[in-house]
Amino acid sequence: MNFLPRFTKSLRLYRLKSSLTATETSAAAQNQKFLVPQEPVKSKIDPKKLPPRTKIDADTIALLERLSLVDCANKQGIETLEEAIAFADQIQQVDTTNVEPLITVLEDRPLRTRQDSVTEGNCRAEVLSNASLTEEDYFVAPPGNIPLEARENLLYDELQQDNKPV
Amino acid sequence: MLKNLCRHVSKDYYPSLELRRSITNKSDNKWTSVVGLEVHAQINTVSKLFSGAPTNFSSPVNTNVSFFDCSIPGTLPVLNEKCVEYGVLTALALNCRVNPVSTFDRKHYFYADIPSGYQITQQRHPLANDGKLEFQVFTPGFHKTPYRTQVRIKQLQLEQDSGKTLHDVDRSLVDLNRAGVPLMELVFEPDLKDGEEAAALLKELITILQRIGTCSCKMEEGALRVDANVSVHKKGDPLGVRTETKNIGSVRGVAGAIRYEIDRQIKIKESGGEIENETRAWDAVNKTTVAMRDKERQQDYRYMPEPNLPPLHLAMGPVEHGCVNVDDLRKSLPELPEETRSRLRDDFGLNLEQSIILVNEKSFLELFEGACRSRKLQGKLLANLLINEYTNVLHKMDLEPSQVTFDSEYFGEIVELVQTGQISRNIAKLVLDEIIHGNHKNPLQIIKENNWMQITDENELIKLCQNVIEENEKIVTQYKSGKTKVFKALLGLVATKSKQRANMAKCDRILKELLSK
Repeated sequence: MNFLPRFTKSLRLYRLKSSLTATETSAAAQNQKFLVPQEPVKSKIDPKKLPPRTKIDADTIALLERLSLVDCANKQGIETLEEAIAFADQIQQVDTTNVEPLITVLEDRPLRTRQDSVTEGNCRAEVLSNASLTEEDYFVAPPGNIPLEARENLLYDELQQDNKPV
Repeated sequence: MLKNLCRHVSKDYYPSLELRRSITNKSDNKWTSVVGLEVHAQINTVSKLFSGAPTNFSSPVNTNVSFFDCSIPGTLPVLNEKCVEYGVLTALALNCRVNPVSTFDRKHYFYADIPSGYQITQQRHPLANDGKLEFQVFTPGFHKTPYRTQVRIKQLQLEQDSGKTLHDVDRSLVDLNRAGVPLMELVFEPDLKDGEEAAALLKELITILQRIGTCSCKMEEGALRVDANVSVHKKGDPLGVRTETKNIGSVRGVAGAIRYEIDRQIKIKESGGEIENETRAWDAVNKTTVAMRDKERQQDYRYMPEPNLPPLHLAMGPVEHGCVNVDDLRKSLPELPEETRSRLRDDFGLNLEQSIILVNEKSFLELFEGACRSRKLQGKLLANLLINEYTNVLHKMDLEPSQVTFDSEYFGEIVELVQTGQISRNIAKLVLDEIIHGNHKNPLQIIKENNWMQITDENELIKLCQNVIEENEKIVTQYKSGKTKVFKALLGLVATKSKQRANMAKCDRILKELLSK
């Protein structure tokens, strides 16, 4: 499971590209192989093999609004989201057999650890200094999570949205 | 004997008669209950999991907080090596498969007491998987005999704790002292049947963790937290909907909470209702579970790999490089409770029940081993004196065994005196009483001062018994006319007359002889 070769290969490619742009017209560059394609490359994604477009229903958009606190429960928002999902679906056509998922390029480096001893803490004044409201050295927060209530007319259409003052 | 065994475990342990009857009736009912536990154990280190802030309990508010713990931008987590060591030790003690490579993940959710908005845990590739714990289930007063069962451990992972929130009507107050404290999360498979099995499992787990020193297990300090997942179903049906019960503060609380929850679910199902998949809180005062209001129904934790922490490698077998060496840690494991129980049975001749009780109560075990160190004592007698006489005295004074430090040398002396017949068991109890009340003299001195040596001289005993017979004509006539039960009363009178000093075995024989004349 050694990913270093792939990493260094892309590193070489990057260096090669940057040297090309710097010395494009120089004589030395003419002897080097161009790795930037001269013609546009056709996408290997077969649109016929894509999974069916995911439809976002009212419950899902209400949940997404509640989790993200982003105002997206309207026709345009749903349209944008469905487009994004369809775009991401393309990645499923890449063949990943026998390839382990890469999470970090540092995967074969030792994780740095520290000894068990007290080296920090005891800086209450600094810790509390960013808080807007404190009480007797406690941080003050609202009473528990107040979940966003779903709106009545969830999928209000564009006309109404355009008429609203932005 | 059984009642004495019950009293050894504190007063709340002994379930009332009605409750026991109602539970035994369930066995002929069609319902089966399934219980799974989730335990969060605080790792016994001096500093936190990813920062150098201290972990000591009851520090002033917000003083055990470093810049990383309160999520000041620009801070990064650095793993505490001892946490890994203790995590691996625990995994080995629970027969888990330790993973040579494990990774850290972020579990996102909004709450005032996690300033970063996520908790660093090990969801996908935890430290250890697939463990197994065998233990004895025996609640005196509830079970007639101990039985053995086993539970599987799904995974063991390292994770951060969140801060503490004090709830008020219109606001919450947040103390981040606890934020970032290292926890081991132990996820057990739902192999348990009821609350008593869960309590037994917990007791065994606490004994193991305290033995290997990885967790203090003080539930009252929050060092050990248990969540119980309970569901019921009819035999042959698939598993029912489960509920999660939190906020349990003691081992007996676990048994009580699970018992209540099983009853509640059965009642709902029998009246045709459905169980809601919810989180409930244990109310120890009213002994009920209540629905928790502040829990959102659908939680999407958006797990993602922690980008600031590369994978954790452990050295084991042929792999030499790693954070800690698993094989070395395996060699350093001390004797585990199950091994101690076997040793007590094999080397000292104790029976199963005695070995369970001794290992469960740390102070008993210490007294036992201390007393045996310098003297040749009969194991069974020593164990009986601990479990019966010693416990009785403590119970009368409203003390728990863990609250008393009794000199094991003195205990050994007392047992030796009983063994050689120099004092009776009742006198032994009086001597124990004296010493616990603060008498600093050694047992032999106390016995001599109070003139408590056992009367074994045959003639003296005959005289004693004769006196009792003469003074109690009525009872003697009752006995001679066939009411043999009153013999015990006569024996009791002999004991009282001799101020508990008579050798009861001999008196028994002598009294019978005299009465038969």
